[in-house]
Amino acid sequence: MLRKFLPHPLLTLTITAVWIMLVHKVTLGNLLLGAFLGIVLPVMTAPYWPDRPQKTRPLKLAAYVALVFWDIVVANIVVAGIILFKRNEDIKSAWINVPLDLTNAEAITLLAGTITMTPGTVSAMLAADGRSILVHCLHTDDPVAIRDEIKTRYEARLMEIFP
Amino acid sequence: MTFVIELVIATVLVVSGFFGLVGSYGLIKLRDSMQRLHAPTKATTLGVGGALIASMLYHLLLKEAVSFHEFMITLFLLLTAPITANFIAKAYMLKHVKLSELPPTGCDTGWAGYEDPLSREE
Repeated sequence: MLRKFLPHPLLTLTITAVWIMLVHKVTLGNLLLGAFLGIVLPVMTAPYWPDRPQKTRPLKLAAYVALVFWDIVVANIVVAGIILFKRNEDIKSAWINVPLDLTNAEAITLLAGTITMTPGTVSAMLAADGRSILVHCLHTDDPVAIRDEIKTRYEARLMEIFP
Repeated sequence: MTFVIELVIATVLVVSGFFGLVGSYGLIKLRDSMQRLHAPTKATTLGVGGALIASMLYHLLLKEAVSFHEFMITLFLLLTAPITANFIAKAYMLKHVKLSELPPTGCDTGWAGYEDPLSREE
């Protein structure tokens, strides 16, 4: 019974908190409206995440988020350097195929987002069966090293977060 | 003390402005759409992020009020930027990138955008 009305309690809390932060005023009315959205939205969207991971490791996820934030800063500087100081003829872009060990859809989404936000890479497409991800790299001399870095730095951590 | 705070905020603003400018310059400078995609997804993130940090510091230290809107903008930006980039990449690839230019998938099926699901069932 509770499962039916609260399929995702954490999402309910998050939506309510986000609503309060958006309107930026804690009143009873806002709280009720936020809670209403927090209950209705997960119920309505539940069909879209049938196999959502049941257990995650919040501490490791927090460490991962911190790592990604740091990498975003580094990525910004690296890409700015390439844009400013490399001549167009010297920029060697490459397509890289990264085979995936992750099978969970939510984890792959997170990995694709991470790849796009971090050093010189944009995730472009998945293989039709979801076993491989196609990555475009702005500038690299060594595509294999990029592939290994994505696998060891991000995918390995995500494997631990979504067991 | 106020001067030091203002100096810090101004520095963050200038740095963020610099990265925003570089990101926009990258849009003009780079050669094709796949390369251009790298400029706004990265250089501009730090540009927007810096402006938001400056705004948060300003409200926190000079106005003495906590502001959550910047936090929300950061959250939505991080959620939407990769998805937009992915849409643009896919649309561009289907129109301009031939399958022969891409590396093989290394698994049973081809790349999702190029695979015709109907042809596989036969």
